[in-house]
Amino acid sequence: MTILTDPPRESFRLSMLINDTRYRSLTFQGIALLVLIVAFAYLANNLLTNLAAAGLNIAYDFLGSPAGYDINQTLIEYDSQSSNARAAVVGILNTLLVAFLACITATVFGVTAGVLRLSNNWLVSKLMAFYVEIFRNIPVLIWIIIIFTIMTAVMPAPRAFRGDEPEATMLLGSIAFTNRGVYLPAPIWGPGSMVVVATFFASIIGVFAYRRYATNLLYATGKLLPTGWPSLAILFVPSLLVFVVMGRPIGLDYPVLGGFNFSGGIQIGAPLIALWFALSIYTGAFIAENVRAGIQAVSKGQTEAASALGLRPGRVMNLVVLPQALRVIIPPLISQYLNITKNSSLAIAVGYADITATLGGITLNQTGRAIECVLLLMLFYLTISLSISAIMNVYNNSVKLKER
Amino acid sequence: MSDIHANSVAFVRSEEIPQQAPPYAATGPVKWMRENLFATPANALLTIVAAYVIYLALAPTVPWILNGVWNANSLSECREILDGARGACFAVLAERWPQLIFGFKYPSELYWRPGLAFLLLFVAIAPVLFFDLPRKLLAFTALYPFIAYYLIWGGTIFVPILALVGAAGGVLIYQRYVARSFAAGFFGGIAAAFVIWWLGGFLIPEGASDNAMMEAVPSRDLGGFMLNMMLGVTCVSLSIPIGIALALGRQSSMPLIKIICVVFIEFIRGVPLITLLFVASVMLAYFFPPESTVDLFLRVVIMITMFSAAYIAEVIRGGLAALPKGQYEGADSLGLNYAQATRLIILPQALKISIPGIVNIAVGLFKDTTLVSVISMFDILGMIRGPILASTEWNGVYWELLGFAALLFFVVCYGISQYSQWLERRLATDHR
Repeated sequence: MTILTDPPRESFRLSMLINDTRYRSLTFQGIALLVLIVAFAYLANNLLTNLAAAGLNIAYDFLGSPAGYDINQTLIEYDSQSSNARAAVVGILNTLLVAFLACITATVFGVTAGVLRLSNNWLVSKLMAFYVEIFRNIPVLIWIIIIFTIMTAVMPAPRAFRGDEPEATMLLGSIAFTNRGVYLPAPIWGPGSMVVVATFFASIIGVFAYRRYATNLLYATGKLLPTGWPSLAILFVPSLLVFVVMGRPIGLDYPVLGGFNFSGGIQIGAPLIALWFALSIYTGAFIAENVRAGIQAVSKGQTEAASALGLRPGRVMNLVVLPQALRVIIPPLISQYLNITKNSSLAIAVGYADITATLGGITLNQTGRAIECVLLLMLFYLTISLSISAIMNVYNNSVKLKER
Repeated sequence: MSDIHANSVAFVRSEEIPQQAPPYAATGPVKWMRENLFATPANALLTIVAAYVIYLALAPTVPWILNGVWNANSLSECREILDGARGACFAVLAERWPQLIFGFKYPSELYWRPGLAFLLLFVAIAPVLFFDLPRKLLAFTALYPFIAYYLIWGGTIFVPILALVGAAGGVLIYQRYVARSFAAGFFGGIAAAFVIWWLGGFLIPEGASDNAMMEAVPSRDLGGFMLNMMLGVTCVSLSIPIGIALALGRQSSMPLIKIICVVFIEFIRGVPLITLLFVASVMLAYFFPPESTVDLFLRVVIMITMFSAAYIAEVIRGGLAALPKGQYEGADSLGLNYAQATRLIILPQALKISIPGIVNIAVGLFKDTTLVSVISMFDILGMIRGPILASTEWNGVYWELLGFAALLFFVVCYGISQYSQWLERRLATDHR
């Protein structure tokens, strides 16, 4: 019987870089690095040559100079003498605003449509299937423009609300839908209103605390507390009590028709509404599919077993199906939120002043600083995307099936 | 007598009762409605609400469509014909359809060329989509890009022929050397193609496209739905091979290659397509050599291809990750090297798993081609928002035009998604 021994270690030869699989990957990576460096050098060289020929340089000092244009919807103070950087910040806040609003409404639309699509009711499920197919298969830009057209070309002008027998009336006497946007009553913060607001925020925390307590009690003793109406009660009763006790410090400022337009109240501009609503119903259709897939992914045996234990259908849904379905639904849901944020850049098509329209639109055109503006724009969106996916990873790890 | 007899003997039926139809309420449409529409009071309420919603949606639109005017020269003429009645003015579609489909600069006597290219697209794409068709048709698919280029852009025929010869040379070199080593065949093929193109460039005479058989049409004259179709088809077909390469790179064990692919994919997926289109329209020109002029169409194709390649790479990575580990180990144990294992065992299975995802990306990409209207290219949406709605005749016909664009996209995208579902059923080889 012979004993196999390792072959003697050869000394390294140059040909092993190609013929020996142990070293070949090094060769490939070296070549790749070389190609990458040459490509970047080539592009950078072209860039510098072209910039020099055009008499340009790369500099960010334009951010400090006055922007020189007005923005109709701003969340922070801004006028045309503010700097370009401030205009960009206004844009960033507007992007985040529309993304936040659209995420909430899209979730509502999507969950409703997704659950209804699984309904036993033939008409309702077909209607929801129709909604999903229509919205998924038509570009979101077309939806944005359609809703913007409804807002600007179909809604009545403010002057239609004038006169003894106006052509248009305000909804509930306080909300006006006009072609310039929607006018809503604005809250007036009187003295002591902060106490009410503080109570309200404390109630929100209270609701979460109560629900956690109910869950822990359920797991510990099997006793199931009601969560629906107590949550609502905790949310509203203390705030209302404080509101009355403090002498009704929060009033409403109703929009009033004066001159050519409404004054007072809050104006939500037509571009914001078009973008918000279009992103919501478009993404809602995708979320509906995710929700449906998530619910269908829970095996039927789970529902049957829960029913066999004597749980009522509502309990089966809340305690057995949804917790398992959420694990499937949430990751794609968060990518849909990411999509909403990225799609909000389509604001430029309807004139909503988001970051793409301020920094990537007007500032870019006025200063001619194409490279700087586009780079900053990409940086902003990259930051958002990476933060959202970081959050998603944390969440995924926390709800991941714990296997032993 | 008869009374006693009747009570003493139990009733026995002597003949069979003929079969009877089930009760009215347990059959046919009534049963169906009871089960599907009015099962419970809540369900019935839902049905009524849904029916009311449908009524609300249809009541204004149906008469609007049925009353449509197809023959008029302007919106005011439409309104005269309608005479106060509610109705659509489809005349704008009848009058402006060439602009909606081909854009407003494409010479109208040459419409047959893109039309023919569109029809040939179906012949070219059929053997790819339906693999029951004879495999010989794939030869036409390979020829199609050159034919389509020549039909749409026109100019001298030497350009597509040279491109074809270069590609054929590359394929020949690949086939000759691939048996010895995949890398040698692959890179040798690419190098050969480039050498042929470079050498052939000297053979094409100067100004050949000025008096060519087919009149040359510059890219900036392309527009309308044709532009959407061209961008969609070109970018999807170009991005699949790039996406495969990126996905393999991301799975690679070589750290440098892996980092390059990860950074590229995450960067592209992290920014919206609009910013990439801005790059194409205002920035990319700076990165090309000073004397070259790369037209906007090509720059947009480059950026959209990069965009969709990053997404397709992630879908294919999912397919690669979903393959059972045994497949990789099996390939290794047969003694196949990386290229052979990937080409013969891993990719065919991974691609099959990824098909629904790739189709999803393709549909999304096709819808996203409307975004080029933001950087002032006149695709169908750009045509509607720009020249057509701005014209004095048709200022104010929003719904007919937007509805038409929406309908075109719906037909194409719904068709593709139905195909994908058919393919999924067809490829389902797991026996449930």
